[in-house]
Amino acid sequence: MGIRSLISLIRRNKERIAKHLFALSASAAIAAVGLICVFLFMQGLPAMWDIGIFNFLTGTDWQPDWTPPRFGILPMIVGSLYVTAGAILFGVPTGIFAAVFMAKFCPAPLYKILKPAINLLAGIPSVVYGYFGMVVLVPFVRENFGGNGNSILTASILLGMMILPTIITISESAIRAVPGEIYDGAVALGASHEHATFRVILPAAKSGVMASVILGIGRAVGETMAVRMVAGNQAVLRMPHEFIRGVRTLTANIVLELGYAYPGDHRPALIATGVVLFVFVMLINTLFAILKKKEGV
Amino acid sequence: MKRKKPFDFIFFLLTWLSIGVTVAVFTLVVGYVLINGVPYISPSLFALESTALNPSLFPALMGTLMIVGLSLILAVPLGIFSAIYLVEYARRGSRFVKIVRLTTETLAGIPSIVYGLFGFIFFGVFLGWGLSLMSGAFTVSIMILPLIMRATEESLRAVPDTYREGSFGLGAGRLRTVVRIVLPAATPGILAGIILAIGRIIGETAAIIFTLGNVARMPNNLFDSGRTLSAHMYTLANEGTHPGEAHATAAVLLLVVILINALSSWIARFVKAS
Repeated sequence: MGIRSLISLIRRNKERIAKHLFALSASAAIAAVGLICVFLFMQGLPAMWDIGIFNFLTGTDWQPDWTPPRFGILPMIVGSLYVTAGAILFGVPTGIFAAVFMAKFCPAPLYKILKPAINLLAGIPSVVYGYFGMVVLVPFVRENFGGNGNSILTASILLGMMILPTIITISESAIRAVPGEIYDGAVALGASHEHATFRVILPAAKSGVMASVILGIGRAVGETMAVRMVAGNQAVLRMPHEFIRGVRTLTANIVLELGYAYPGDHRPALIATGVVLFVFVMLINTLFAILKKKEGV
Repeated sequence: MKRKKPFDFIFFLLTWLSIGVTVAVFTLVVGYVLINGVPYISPSLFALESTALNPSLFPALMGTLMIVGLSLILAVPLGIFSAIYLVEYARRGSRFVKIVRLTTETLAGIPSIVYGLFGFIFFGVFLGWGLSLMSGAFTVSIMILPLIMRATEESLRAVPDTYREGSFGLGAGRLRTVVRIVLPAATPGILAGIILAIGRIIGETAAIIFTLGNVARMPNNLFDSGRTLSAHMYTLANEGTHPGEAHATAAVLLLVVILINALSSWIARFVKAS
Protein backbone atom coordinates (compact mmCIF):
# COMPACT_ATOMS: atom_id res chain seq x y z
CA MET A 1 0.00 0.00 0.00
CA GLY A 2 1.52 3.32 -1.07
CA ILE A 3 1.75 6.47 1.00
CA ARG A 4 -0.89 8.08 -1.19
CA SER A 5 -3.52 5.47 -0.65
CA LEU A 6 -2.73 5.52 3.08
CA ILE A 7 -3.31 9.28 3.16
CA SER A 8 -6.58 8.95 1.32
CA LEU A 9 -7.59 6.13 3.67
CA ILE A 10 -6.97 8.42 6.64
CA ARG A 11 -8.85 11.24 4.90
CA ARG A 12 -11.88 9.11 4.22
CA ASN A 13 -11.95 7.86 7.81
CA LYS A 14 -10.87 10.99 9.63
CA GLU A 15 -14.14 11.32 11.53
CA ARG A 16 -13.80 7.83 12.91
CA ILE A 17 -10.08 8.22 13.65
CA ALA A 18 -10.67 11.53 15.45
CA LYS A 19 -13.42 10.04 17.55
CA HIS A 20 -11.21 7.16 18.64
CA LEU A 21 -8.30 9.49 19.35
CA PHE A 22 -10.52 11.64 21.58
CA ALA A 23 -11.93 8.59 23.36
CA LEU A 24 -8.41 7.25 23.90
CA SER A 25 -7.35 10.58 25.44
CA ALA A 26 -10.34 10.48 27.75
CA SER A 27 -9.12 7.10 29.01
CA ALA A 28 -5.83 8.67 30.13
CA ALA A 29 -7.33 9.82 33.41
CA ILE A 30 -8.57 6.28 34.09
CA ALA A 31 -5.14 4.86 33.25
CA ALA A 32 -3.42 7.37 35.54
CA VAL A 33 -5.62 6.55 38.53
CA GLY A 34 -5.15 2.84 37.80
CA LEU A 35 -1.37 3.16 37.70
CA ILE A 36 -1.23 5.23 40.88
CA CYS A 37 -3.39 2.73 42.78
CA VAL A 38 -1.54 -0.32 41.46
CA PHE A 39 1.94 1.00 42.20
CA LEU A 40 1.14 2.45 45.62
CA PHE A 41 -0.80 -0.58 46.81
CA MET A 42 1.49 -3.17 45.20
CA GLN A 43 4.45 -1.80 47.14
CA GLY A 44 2.69 -0.44 50.20
CA LEU A 45 0.41 -3.32 51.16
CA PRO A 46 3.14 -6.02 51.31
CA ALA A 47 5.20 -3.66 53.47
CA MET A 48 2.24 -3.25 55.81
CA TRP A 49 1.84 -7.02 55.85
CA ASP A 50 5.53 -7.55 56.73
CA ILE A 51 5.47 -5.00 59.54
CA GLY A 52 2.10 -6.33 60.66
CA ILE A 53 -0.91 -4.13 59.94
CA PHE A 54 -1.67 -3.75 63.64
CA ASN A 55 1.95 -2.92 64.52
CA PHE A 56 2.12 -0.45 61.65
CA LEU A 57 -1.08 1.44 62.42
CA THR A 58 -0.90 1.40 66.23
CA GLY A 59 2.85 1.27 66.83
CA THR A 60 4.19 4.35 68.63
CA ASP A 61 7.84 3.97 67.61
CA TRP A 62 9.16 5.13 64.26
CA GLN A 63 12.81 4.08 64.33
CA PRO A 64 14.09 3.06 60.87
CA ASP A 65 17.70 2.92 62.17
CA TRP A 66 17.15 0.44 64.97
CA THR A 67 17.91 -3.25 64.52
CA PRO A 68 15.33 -4.52 64.01
CA PRO A 69 13.75 -1.27 62.77
CA ARG A 70 10.42 -0.11 64.18
CA PHE A 71 7.79 1.27 61.84
CA GLY A 72 4.79 2.49 63.82
CA ILE A 73 2.87 5.43 62.37
CA LEU A 74 0.37 6.13 65.16
CA PRO A 75 2.26 9.35 66.13
CA MET A 76 1.93 10.57 62.53
CA ILE A 77 -1.74 9.63 62.20
CA VAL A 78 -2.45 11.47 65.45
CA GLY A 79 -0.22 14.34 64.31
CA SER A 80 -2.18 14.74 61.08
CA LEU A 81 -5.42 14.68 63.09
CA TYR A 82 -4.19 17.39 65.50
CA VAL A 83 -3.06 19.88 62.87
CA THR A 84 -6.19 19.24 60.78
CA ALA A 85 -8.45 19.75 63.81
CA GLY A 86 -6.51 22.92 64.60
CA ALA A 87 -6.92 24.14 61.03
CA ILE A 88 -10.68 23.53 61.27
CA LEU A 89 -10.80 25.46 64.55
CA PHE A 90 -9.03 28.49 63.06
CA GLY A 91 -10.18 28.33 59.45
CA VAL A 92 -13.77 27.09 59.35
CA PRO A 93 -15.75 29.65 61.42
CA THR A 94 -13.77 32.53 59.91
CA GLY A 95 -14.19 31.10 56.41
CA ILE A 96 -17.95 30.58 56.69
CA PHE A 97 -18.65 34.03 58.17
CA ALA A 98 -16.39 35.63 55.58
CA ALA A 99 -18.30 33.74 52.85
CA VAL A 100 -21.61 35.07 54.23
CA PHE A 101 -20.09 38.54 54.14
CA MET A 102 -18.95 38.12 50.54
CA ALA A 103 -22.34 36.81 49.40
CA LYS A 104 -24.75 38.97 51.39
CA PHE A 105 -23.14 41.96 53.14
CA CYS A 106 -20.31 43.09 50.89
CA PRO A 107 -20.63 46.51 49.20
CA ALA A 108 -19.98 46.15 45.44
CA PRO A 109 -16.81 48.32 45.26
CA LEU A 110 -15.26 46.40 48.17
CA TYR A 111 -16.18 43.09 46.51
CA LYS A 112 -14.12 44.03 43.45
CA ILE A 113 -11.03 44.26 45.65
CA LEU A 114 -11.73 41.36 48.01
CA LYS A 115 -12.57 38.72 45.39
CA PRO A 116 -9.20 38.86 43.54
CA ALA A 117 -7.41 39.01 46.90
CA ILE A 118 -9.08 35.76 48.00
CA ASN A 119 -8.29 34.16 44.64
CA LEU A 120 -4.66 35.15 45.09
CA LEU A 121 -4.62 33.65 48.61
CA ALA A 122 -5.69 30.35 47.02
CA GLY A 123 -2.85 30.57 44.50
CA ILE A 124 0.05 31.34 46.84
CA PRO A 125 2.46 28.35 46.77
CA SER A 126 2.67 26.29 49.94
CA VAL A 127 6.42 26.96 50.26
CA VAL A 128 5.68 30.67 50.47
CA TYR A 129 3.13 30.03 53.24
CA GLY A 130 5.67 27.73 54.87
CA TYR A 131 8.35 30.39 54.67
CA PHE A 132 6.00 32.99 56.12
CA GLY A 133 5.24 30.51 58.92
CA MET A 134 8.94 29.99 59.63
CA VAL A 135 9.88 33.64 59.84
CA VAL A 136 6.69 35.12 61.33
CA LEU A 137 4.48 32.53 63.05
CA VAL A 138 7.21 30.39 64.65
CA PRO A 139 8.79 33.35 66.54
CA PHE A 140 5.29 34.62 67.39
CA VAL A 141 4.27 31.32 68.99
CA ARG A 142 7.65 30.96 70.71
CA GLU A 143 7.36 34.37 72.33
CA ASN A 144 3.69 34.20 73.29
CA PHE A 145 3.12 30.54 74.14
CA GLY A 146 6.59 29.16 74.89
CA GLY A 147 8.38 26.14 73.49
CA ASN A 148 10.65 26.53 70.49
CA GLY A 149 7.84 27.69 68.22
CA ASN A 150 7.79 24.70 65.88
CA SER A 151 4.56 23.21 67.15
CA ILE A 152 1.08 21.80 66.64
CA LEU A 153 -0.28 25.30 67.32
CA THR A 154 1.90 26.96 64.67
CA ALA A 155 1.00 24.37 62.03
CA SER A 156 -2.69 24.70 62.92
CA ILE A 157 -2.69 28.49 62.54
CA LEU A 158 -0.82 28.28 59.22
CA LEU A 159 -3.12 25.55 57.86
CA GLY A 160 -6.15 27.52 59.02
CA MET A 161 -4.88 30.44 56.93
CA MET A 162 -4.27 28.18 53.96
CA ILE A 163 -7.77 26.61 53.91
CA LEU A 164 -9.52 29.99 54.27
CA PRO A 165 -9.79 30.73 50.51
CA THR A 166 -11.11 27.21 49.75
CA ILE A 167 -13.85 27.53 52.35
CA ILE A 168 -14.76 31.12 51.44
CA THR A 169 -14.95 30.48 47.68
CA ILE A 170 -17.06 27.30 47.77
CA SER A 171 -19.31 28.44 50.63
CA GLU A 172 -19.92 31.75 48.87
CA SER A 173 -21.11 30.07 45.70
CA ALA A 174 -23.29 27.68 47.75
CA ILE A 175 -24.91 30.67 49.50
CA ARG A 176 -25.40 32.46 46.17
CA ALA A 177 -27.01 29.32 44.72
CA VAL A 178 -29.91 29.52 47.20
CA PRO A 179 -32.95 30.78 45.23
CA GLY A 180 -33.84 34.43 45.88
CA GLU A 181 -37.49 33.55 46.57
CA ILE A 182 -36.47 31.92 49.83
CA TYR A 183 -34.89 35.17 51.01
CA ASP A 184 -37.81 37.25 49.75
CA GLY A 185 -40.24 34.97 51.55
CA ALA A 186 -38.39 35.34 54.84
CA VAL A 187 -38.22 39.12 54.52
CA ALA A 188 -41.93 39.27 53.58
CA LEU A 189 -42.67 37.43 56.81
CA GLY A 190 -40.92 40.19 58.73
CA ALA A 191 -37.37 38.90 59.06
CA SER A 192 -34.49 41.35 59.00
CA HIS A 193 -31.70 40.99 56.40
CA GLU A 194 -29.42 39.40 59.01
CA HIS A 195 -32.13 37.11 60.30
CA ALA A 196 -33.07 35.95 56.81
CA THR A 197 -29.42 35.37 55.94
CA PHE A 198 -28.44 33.41 59.03
CA ARG A 199 -31.67 31.58 59.84
CA VAL A 200 -32.97 30.89 56.33
CA ILE A 201 -30.29 31.21 53.63
CA LEU A 202 -27.39 29.64 55.52
CA PRO A 203 -29.37 26.52 56.56
CA ALA A 204 -30.53 26.19 52.93
CA ALA A 205 -26.92 26.26 51.75
CA LYS A 206 -25.90 23.76 54.44
CA SER A 207 -24.64 20.91 52.28
CA GLY A 208 -22.61 23.23 50.03
CA VAL A 209 -21.02 24.84 53.06
CA MET A 210 -20.28 21.38 54.49
CA ALA A 211 -18.71 20.43 51.17
CA SER A 212 -16.39 23.44 51.38
CA VAL A 213 -15.36 22.42 54.89
CA ILE A 214 -14.64 18.87 53.78
CA LEU A 215 -12.59 20.07 50.80
CA GLY A 216 -10.67 22.31 53.22
CA ILE A 217 -10.06 19.32 55.49
CA GLY A 218 -8.78 17.33 52.51
CA ARG A 219 -6.38 20.14 51.72
CA ALA A 220 -5.18 20.35 55.31
CA VAL A 221 -4.58 16.58 55.59
CA GLY A 222 -2.66 16.53 52.31
CA GLU A 223 -0.61 19.68 52.84
CA THR A 224 3.06 18.80 53.06
CA MET A 225 5.65 21.51 52.62
CA ALA A 226 4.14 24.26 54.77
CA VAL A 227 3.45 21.85 57.64
CA ARG A 228 6.88 20.28 57.41
CA MET A 229 8.46 23.75 57.68
CA VAL A 230 6.73 24.77 60.93
CA ALA A 231 5.57 21.65 62.81
CA GLY A 232 8.88 20.48 64.31
CA ASN A 233 8.46 16.96 62.87
CA GLN A 234 9.25 14.86 65.95
CA ALA A 235 7.78 11.38 65.45
CA VAL A 236 6.49 11.31 69.01
CA LEU A 237 2.96 10.57 70.18
CA ARG A 238 1.63 13.82 71.66
CA MET A 239 -1.32 14.52 73.90
CA PRO A 240 -3.67 17.40 73.01
CA HIS A 241 -2.43 19.60 75.87
CA GLU A 242 1.09 19.49 74.37
CA PHE A 243 0.01 21.82 71.60
CA ILE A 244 3.14 23.98 71.87
CA ARG A 245 5.36 20.99 71.13
CA GLY A 246 6.36 19.56 67.78
CA VAL A 247 4.57 16.87 65.87
CA ARG A 248 5.09 14.95 62.63
CA THR A 249 2.29 14.42 60.11
CA LEU A 250 1.87 11.55 57.61
CA THR A 251 2.84 13.88 54.77
CA ALA A 252 5.93 15.18 56.57
CA ASN A 253 7.03 11.60 57.33
CA ILE A 254 7.25 10.90 53.60
CA VAL A 255 8.87 14.16 52.57
CA LEU A 256 11.49 14.01 55.34
CA GLU A 257 12.76 10.50 54.67
CA LEU A 258 11.97 9.43 51.10
CA GLY A 259 15.11 11.10 49.80
CA TYR A 260 17.51 8.81 51.65
CA ALA A 261 15.36 5.78 52.58
CA TYR A 262 17.05 2.50 51.64
CA PRO A 263 14.93 0.28 49.38
CA GLY A 264 14.98 -2.73 51.76
CA ASP A 265 12.27 -1.98 54.29
CA HIS A 266 12.45 1.74 55.01
CA ARG A 267 11.22 2.91 51.58
CA PRO A 268 8.33 0.40 51.50
CA ALA A 269 7.31 1.61 54.97
CA LEU A 270 7.17 5.17 53.60
CA ILE A 271 5.10 3.99 50.63
CA ALA A 272 2.78 2.29 53.14
CA THR A 273 2.53 5.66 54.92
CA GLY A 274 1.50 7.09 51.55
CA VAL A 275 -1.16 4.39 51.20
CA VAL A 276 -2.66 5.33 54.59
CA LEU A 277 -2.65 9.01 53.56
CA PHE A 278 -4.17 8.15 50.18
CA VAL A 279 -6.99 6.14 51.80
CA PHE A 280 -7.70 8.97 54.28
CA VAL A 281 -7.90 11.56 51.51
CA MET A 282 -10.05 9.32 49.30
CA LEU A 283 -12.54 8.83 52.14
CA ILE A 284 -12.72 12.60 52.64
CA ASN A 285 -13.17 13.18 48.90
CA THR A 286 -15.94 10.57 48.68
CA LEU A 287 -17.76 12.41 51.44
CA PHE A 288 -17.29 15.63 49.46
CA ALA A 289 -18.67 14.04 46.27
CA ILE A 290 -21.75 12.75 48.14
CA LEU A 291 -22.48 16.18 49.61
CA LYS A 292 -21.95 17.87 46.25
CA LYS A 293 -24.43 15.49 44.64
CA LYS A 294 -26.93 16.26 47.39
CA GLU A 295 -26.53 19.96 46.67
CA GLY A 296 -27.21 19.23 43.02
CA VAL A 297 -24.39 21.40 41.70
CA MET B 1 -38.00 49.79 59.62
CA LYS B 2 -37.50 46.17 60.60
CA ARG B 3 -36.86 45.42 64.24
CA LYS B 4 -33.23 44.36 64.81
CA LYS B 5 -32.55 41.78 67.46
CA PRO B 6 -29.30 41.62 69.40
CA PHE B 7 -28.38 38.32 67.77
CA ASP B 8 -28.64 39.94 64.34
CA PHE B 9 -26.10 42.48 65.43
CA ILE B 10 -23.72 39.84 66.80
CA PHE B 11 -23.83 37.88 63.56
CA PHE B 12 -23.37 41.04 61.55
CA LEU B 13 -20.33 41.86 63.65
CA LEU B 14 -18.96 38.34 63.21
CA THR B 15 -19.10 38.57 59.41
CA TRP B 16 -17.17 41.85 59.50
CA LEU B 17 -14.71 40.39 61.97
CA SER B 18 -14.14 37.33 59.77
CA ILE B 19 -13.59 39.28 56.59
CA GLY B 20 -11.29 41.50 58.64
CA VAL B 21 -9.24 38.45 59.65
CA THR B 22 -9.14 37.31 56.01
CA VAL B 23 -7.91 40.71 54.87
CA ALA B 24 -5.36 40.70 57.69
CA VAL B 25 -4.06 37.28 56.58
CA PHE B 26 -3.77 38.54 53.01
CA THR B 27 -2.01 41.77 53.99
CA LEU B 28 0.29 40.00 56.41
CA VAL B 29 1.43 37.25 54.03
CA VAL B 30 1.63 39.26 50.81
CA GLY B 31 2.85 42.42 52.53
CA TYR B 32 5.48 40.69 54.62
CA VAL B 33 6.90 38.66 51.74
CA LEU B 34 7.02 41.60 49.32
CA ILE B 35 8.24 44.28 51.75
CA ASN B 36 11.00 42.07 53.12
CA GLY B 37 11.89 40.44 49.83
CA VAL B 38 11.83 43.09 47.13
CA PRO B 39 14.78 45.13 48.57
CA TYR B 40 16.95 41.99 48.34
CA ILE B 41 16.24 41.41 44.66
CA SER B 42 19.57 42.12 42.97
CA PRO B 43 21.38 41.26 39.73
CA SER B 44 23.49 38.62 41.53
CA LEU B 45 20.26 36.74 42.25
CA PHE B 46 20.04 36.12 38.51
CA ALA B 47 23.67 35.02 37.98
CA LEU B 48 24.04 32.17 35.49
CA GLU B 49 25.58 29.80 38.03
CA SER B 50 24.17 29.03 41.47
CA THR B 51 26.97 28.56 44.01
CA ALA B 52 27.22 28.03 47.75
CA LEU B 53 28.21 31.69 48.16
CA ASN B 54 25.63 33.10 45.79
CA PRO B 55 22.49 30.97 45.58
CA SER B 56 21.26 32.40 42.28
CA LEU B 57 17.71 31.54 41.32
CA PHE B 58 18.50 31.54 37.61
CA PRO B 59 19.03 27.75 37.17
CA ALA B 60 15.83 27.16 39.15
CA LEU B 61 13.98 29.66 36.97
CA MET B 62 15.16 27.81 33.85
CA GLY B 63 14.21 24.48 35.42
CA THR B 64 10.75 25.88 36.15
CA LEU B 65 10.31 27.02 32.55
CA MET B 66 11.39 23.60 31.25
CA ILE B 67 9.03 21.72 33.58
CA VAL B 68 6.15 24.06 32.71
CA GLY B 69 6.81 23.71 28.96
CA LEU B 70 7.18 19.93 28.98
CA SER B 71 4.17 19.24 31.18
CA LEU B 72 2.00 21.54 29.06
CA ILE B 73 3.11 19.67 25.91
CA LEU B 74 1.97 16.45 27.58
CA ALA B 75 -1.16 17.56 29.43
CA VAL B 76 -2.73 20.23 27.22
CA PRO B 77 -3.51 18.12 24.13
CA LEU B 78 -4.57 15.20 26.31
CA GLY B 79 -6.81 17.38 28.45
CA ILE B 80 -8.40 19.19 25.51
CA PHE B 81 -8.99 15.95 23.55
CA SER B 82 -10.58 14.30 26.61
CA ALA B 83 -12.87 17.26 27.17
CA ILE B 84 -13.84 17.28 23.47
CA TYR B 85 -14.78 13.62 23.74
CA LEU B 86 -16.82 14.17 26.91
CA VAL B 87 -18.70 17.21 25.61
CA GLU B 88 -18.97 16.70 21.84
CA TYR B 89 -18.93 12.95 21.28
CA ALA B 90 -19.92 10.87 24.30
CA ARG B 91 -23.52 10.19 25.20
CA ARG B 92 -24.39 12.11 28.34
CA GLY B 93 -24.46 9.88 31.38
CA SER B 94 -22.91 6.85 29.68
CA ARG B 95 -20.92 4.57 31.96
CA PHE B 96 -17.61 5.57 30.33
CA VAL B 97 -18.31 9.25 30.96
CA LYS B 98 -19.18 8.52 34.58
CA ILE B 99 -15.93 6.62 35.12
CA VAL B 100 -13.87 9.36 33.47
CA ARG B 101 -15.58 11.97 35.71
CA LEU B 102 -14.93 9.90 38.82
CA THR B 103 -11.26 9.32 38.01
CA THR B 104 -10.72 12.98 37.09
CA GLU B 105 -12.18 14.04 40.44
CA THR B 106 -9.95 11.48 42.14
CA LEU B 107 -6.87 12.89 40.41
CA ALA B 108 -7.85 16.40 41.49
CA GLY B 109 -8.05 15.30 45.13
CA ILE B 110 -4.76 13.41 45.44
CA PRO B 111 -2.27 15.34 47.63
CA SER B 112 0.93 16.43 45.91
CA ILE B 113 3.18 14.34 48.16
CA VAL B 114 1.34 11.22 46.95
CA TYR B 115 2.04 12.32 43.36
CA GLY B 116 5.68 12.74 44.37
CA LEU B 117 5.73 9.26 45.88
CA PHE B 118 4.08 7.73 42.82
CA GLY B 119 6.32 9.60 40.36
CA PHE B 120 9.36 8.48 42.33
CA ILE B 121 8.47 4.75 42.37
CA PHE B 122 6.93 4.61 38.87
CA PHE B 123 8.83 7.01 36.58
CA GLY B 124 12.01 7.19 38.67
CA VAL B 125 12.51 3.60 39.83
CA PHE B 126 10.22 1.34 37.74
CA LEU B 127 10.84 3.01 34.36
CA GLY B 128 14.39 3.88 35.41
CA TRP B 129 14.18 7.56 34.52
CA GLY B 130 15.66 8.54 37.88
CA LEU B 131 15.44 12.13 39.04
CA SER B 132 14.96 13.89 35.72
CA LEU B 133 13.00 16.41 33.67
CA MET B 134 11.06 13.48 32.20
CA SER B 135 10.00 12.05 35.58
CA GLY B 136 9.09 15.53 36.81
CA ALA B 137 7.14 16.57 33.73
CA PHE B 138 5.16 13.31 33.50
CA THR B 139 4.26 13.44 37.21
CA VAL B 140 3.21 17.09 37.10
CA SER B 141 1.25 16.63 33.87
CA ILE B 142 -0.96 14.02 35.59
CA MET B 143 -1.53 16.56 38.36
CA ILE B 144 -2.70 19.32 36.04
CA LEU B 145 -4.72 17.07 33.70
CA PRO B 146 -7.98 17.46 35.71
CA LEU B 147 -7.54 21.26 35.79
CA ILE B 148 -7.22 21.51 32.01
CA MET B 149 -10.02 19.01 31.40
CA ARG B 150 -12.42 20.91 33.63
CA ALA B 151 -11.60 24.32 32.14
CA THR B 152 -11.99 22.98 28.59
CA GLU B 153 -15.24 21.16 29.40
CA GLU B 154 -16.77 24.30 30.89
CA SER B 155 -15.70 26.45 27.95
CA LEU B 156 -17.01 23.94 25.39
CA ARG B 157 -20.35 23.71 27.19
CA ALA B 158 -20.58 27.51 27.19
CA VAL B 159 -20.53 27.55 23.35
CA PRO B 160 -24.20 27.83 22.28
CA ASP B 161 -25.65 24.82 20.44
CA THR B 162 -26.80 27.13 17.63
CA TYR B 163 -23.14 27.38 16.54
CA ARG B 164 -23.01 23.61 16.11
CA GLU B 165 -26.41 23.43 14.40
CA GLY B 166 -25.39 26.15 11.98
CA SER B 167 -22.22 24.32 11.09
CA PHE B 168 -23.99 20.98 10.65
CA GLY B 169 -26.64 22.72 8.58
CA LEU B 170 -23.95 23.97 6.19
CA GLY B 171 -22.83 20.38 5.71
CA ALA B 172 -19.78 20.27 7.96
CA GLY B 173 -18.98 17.01 9.75
CA ARG B 174 -18.56 16.70 13.50
CA LEU B 175 -14.76 16.95 13.45
CA ARG B 176 -14.82 20.05 11.24
CA THR B 177 -17.48 21.63 13.45
CA VAL B 178 -15.43 21.00 16.58
CA VAL B 179 -12.12 22.21 15.15
CA ARG B 180 -13.35 25.18 13.12
CA ILE B 181 -16.37 26.43 15.06
CA VAL B 182 -16.52 25.22 18.66
CA LEU B 183 -12.83 25.26 19.66
CA PRO B 184 -12.13 28.84 18.46
CA ALA B 185 -15.13 30.07 20.43
CA ALA B 186 -13.90 28.22 23.53
CA THR B 187 -10.24 29.25 23.28
CA PRO B 188 -10.14 32.08 25.88
CA GLY B 189 -11.70 29.86 28.55
CA ILE B 190 -9.25 27.06 27.79
CA LEU B 191 -6.38 29.55 27.94
CA ALA B 192 -7.50 30.80 31.36
CA GLY B 193 -7.46 27.18 32.56
CA ILE B 194 -3.99 26.57 31.15
CA ILE B 195 -2.65 29.66 32.91
CA LEU B 196 -4.11 28.45 36.21
CA ALA B 197 -2.39 25.12 35.57
CA ILE B 198 0.92 26.95 35.04
CA GLY B 199 0.42 28.62 38.43
CA ARG B 200 -0.15 25.23 40.00
CA ILE B 201 3.06 23.83 38.47
CA ILE B 202 5.12 26.79 39.60
CA GLY B 203 3.81 26.48 43.15
CA GLU B 204 4.43 22.74 43.34
CA THR B 205 7.22 21.42 45.56
CA ALA B 206 6.44 18.04 47.12
CA ALA B 207 5.80 16.34 43.77
CA ILE B 208 8.87 17.99 42.21
CA ILE B 209 11.72 17.22 44.61
CA PHE B 210 11.28 13.44 44.32
CA THR B 211 10.84 13.40 40.54
CA LEU B 212 12.79 16.29 39.01
CA GLY B 213 15.11 16.30 41.99
CA ASN B 214 16.61 19.31 43.73
CA VAL B 215 20.09 20.13 42.39
CA ALA B 216 21.04 23.77 41.85
CA ARG B 217 21.87 23.66 38.16
CA MET B 218 20.06 23.67 34.84
CA PRO B 219 19.11 20.29 33.37
CA ASN B 220 21.24 19.54 30.29
CA ASN B 221 18.88 17.05 28.69
CA LEU B 222 15.53 15.34 29.24
CA PHE B 223 17.05 12.77 31.59
CA ASP B 224 19.00 15.27 33.67
CA SER B 225 18.00 16.55 37.08
CA GLY B 226 17.42 20.14 38.20
CA ARG B 227 15.10 22.12 40.44
CA THR B 228 12.24 24.58 40.21
CA LEU B 229 11.79 27.97 41.90
CA SER B 230 9.60 26.47 44.63
CA ALA B 231 12.13 23.72 45.34
CA HIS B 232 14.87 26.38 45.42
CA MET B 233 12.79 28.41 47.87
CA TYR B 234 12.22 25.35 50.04
CA THR B 235 15.94 24.58 50.14
CA LEU B 236 16.94 28.16 50.94
CA ALA B 237 14.36 28.33 53.73
CA ASN B 238 15.56 25.09 55.30
CA GLU B 239 19.28 25.82 55.03
CA GLY B 240 18.77 29.24 56.59
CA THR B 241 22.27 30.38 55.59
CA HIS B 242 21.12 33.01 53.09
CA PRO B 243 18.15 34.83 54.66
CA GLY B 244 18.40 37.74 52.20
CA GLU B 245 18.27 35.49 49.15
CA ALA B 246 15.46 33.45 50.74
CA HIS B 247 13.41 36.63 51.24
CA ALA B 248 14.10 37.73 47.68
CA THR B 249 13.24 34.32 46.19
CA ALA B 250 9.95 34.22 48.10
CA ALA B 251 9.13 37.67 46.71
CA VAL B 252 9.99 36.65 43.14
CA LEU B 253 7.85 33.50 43.48
CA LEU B 254 4.95 35.53 44.85
CA LEU B 255 5.28 38.16 42.10
CA VAL B 256 5.18 35.42 39.44
CA VAL B 257 2.02 33.99 41.02
CA ILE B 258 0.39 37.44 41.22
CA LEU B 259 1.21 38.01 37.55
CA ILE B 260 -0.27 34.64 36.55
CA ASN B 261 -3.44 35.25 38.59
CA ALA B 262 -3.91 38.67 37.01
CA LEU B 263 -3.38 37.25 33.52
CA SER B 264 -5.88 34.45 34.12
CA SER B 265 -8.61 36.73 35.48
CA TRP B 266 -7.96 39.24 32.70
CA ILE B 267 -8.60 36.51 30.11
CA ALA B 268 -11.62 35.26 32.07
CA ARG B 269 -13.07 38.78 32.00
CA PHE B 270 -12.50 38.84 28.25
CA VAL B 271 -14.56 35.62 28.04
CA LYS B 272 -17.43 37.22 29.92
CA ALA B 273 -17.36 40.32 27.75
CA SER B 274 -17.50 38.45 24.45
